[in-house]
Amino acid sequence: MLARWIDNQVWLGAAQAGVTMVAALLVVWLTGRLKLGLKKEILISLGRGVGQIVLVGFLLTVIFSADLWIAVPVILVMIVAGSVMTIRRVRNIPHALRISFIGISAGAGLVITVMTLMGVIEQELTSIIPIGSMMVYGAMNTNALMMERFRSEVTSHVGQIEAGLALGASPEQVIRPYSRRAISAALTPNINGLRSLGIVWIPGAMAGMVLSGQNPAYAGFYQFVVSGSIFVTAGITVLISIVLLRSQVFSQAEQLLLRSEADN
Amino acid sequence: MTRQKHHNAFISVEGLTYAIDGQPILSDICFEVQVGERVAVFGPSGAGKSTLIRLINRLDEPTAGMIWLNGEDYRQIPPGSLRRRLGMVMQAPNLFPGTVADNLCFGPSAHGETLTEAEIRALLSGVDLVGYENRNVSSLSGGEAQRVNLARTLANKPEALLLDEPTSALDQAAKNEVEETIKAIIKSQNMTFILVTHDRAQVERLAERVLLLEAGQLVADGSVKEVLDARSVD
Ligand SMILES: Nc1ncnc2c1ncn2[C@@H]1O[C@H](COP(=O)(O)OP(=O)(O)O)[C@@H](O)[C@H]1O
Ligand SMILES: [Mg+2]
Repeated sequence: MLARWIDNQVWLGAAQAGVTMVAALLVVWLTGRLKLGLKKEILISLGRGVGQIVLVGFLLTVIFSADLWIAVPVILVMIVAGSVMTIRRVRNIPHALRISFIGISAGAGLVITVMTLMGVIEQELTSIIPIGSMMVYGAMNTNALMMERFRSEVTSHVGQIEAGLALGASPEQVIRPYSRRAISAALTPNINGLRSLGIVWIPGAMAGMVLSGQNPAYAGFYQFVVSGSIFVTAGITVLISIVLLRSQVFSQAEQLLLRSEADN
Repeated sequence: MTRQKHHNAFISVEGLTYAIDGQPILSDICFEVQVGERVAVFGPSGAGKSTLIRLINRLDEPTAGMIWLNGEDYRQIPPGSLRRRLGMVMQAPNLFPGTVADNLCFGPSAHGETLTEAEIRALLSGVDLVGYENRNVSSLSGGEAQRVNLARTLANKPEALLLDEPTSALDQAAKNEVEETIKAIIKSQNMTFILVTHDRAQVERLAERVLLLEAGQLVADGSVKEVLDARSVD
């Protein structure tokens, strides 16, 4: 209906966003009446959400007109931002930023490069950047989950870990059960996501392709490629991260450094 | 320069100092332990007894000072083998989930050895838990768990035992069980041990020599009688 009055696509988008915002404010008003105490938080989130994503839209307009190689610094910026967001969610781990950066770079960097070279991602900025962002985002979430779980497993098993060290076991040996748990806990949402793919939820890539008129069957295959690649990215990221993490948690002399919540 | 002197003792501790954020926990601790000696580290709670024994096991790194093992700089020994040689038993058993036998096998298997069934039986009879191999550790009483802990450390065939308040988390009956077990081990193996405790009577029952630790300082080192008699005066 809006399209009948507005012919510029960007203004049309702005008007559609406006309608959504009105609906959201209605929900804010309703929740305000329920006294959930979420009003301020929702308003801030809505404001940030619209601001950020529209800014990114404009930025992409500029970026898409540049040379293909601009993808490298753009994805690098995403990885840095993802690493910073990871460490906000993970307390008390020394060098968490560096670990996240290396882990996410290795996972996302490898998968994006291989997919682009093999032509699974089209060698165009309009493919590389959005799909790259999904890889980085997936790796970031999985990595944050893994690091947080690892930290809590370690700090809640200090006695057993030190008992193992005192029995002459190496840090790798004593930490193995906790590393396993941290990795499987971190990958579980991803695995569940793969299993429920298409049931109820048509994920972003497929939804976008269908919305823009592409063959839904092809979109289905492509969505699997994207989701599967996110899984691979996340897996590589956490496997690298956990090795780096382990070296932070133990000293050169095989002493447990991360002993309580209050440390560091 | 003092290096020569330390080649004789089994364990030599020299100028051992440990500080956290500049706060001294242990200051300039010096003593020697000979093979077969039974030493108690005695002192009030917070004196730094656990810290001392953890430093000897190298679970923590000293701020300053040295430890020699048969004249060898303990930092030259890989931490895993140092810890196997000086078997540590902590206050809480901290058994690994699984069976008693799993726990006994942990130390040996960590460096690629396996325990035979006969060895497991011998270890269990040493701590008076014959027939316990397949019991799940979650079903053990406190005293039983602590004895499994002892056996688990002994499975590494240590040259000495470092015991950190091994009975202080136990009730009287369990405490007696564990003490009897420790006595039996000492007797049968003539094992060197350093026992941390704040229980004076336990010192008298188990040790022949006492290191008295107060506020991070070694304030006395002598026979049980000398040190404890002097202390009851003040
Ligand atoms: N990780 C730590 N951080 C801060 N203080 C500590 C730490 N570990 C021990 N301490 C302090 O060091 C002192 C000695 O502790 P500890 O060796 O456990 O004493 P003990 O075993 O004689 O009761 C205590 O005052 C304790 O509070
Ligand atoms: Mg203590």
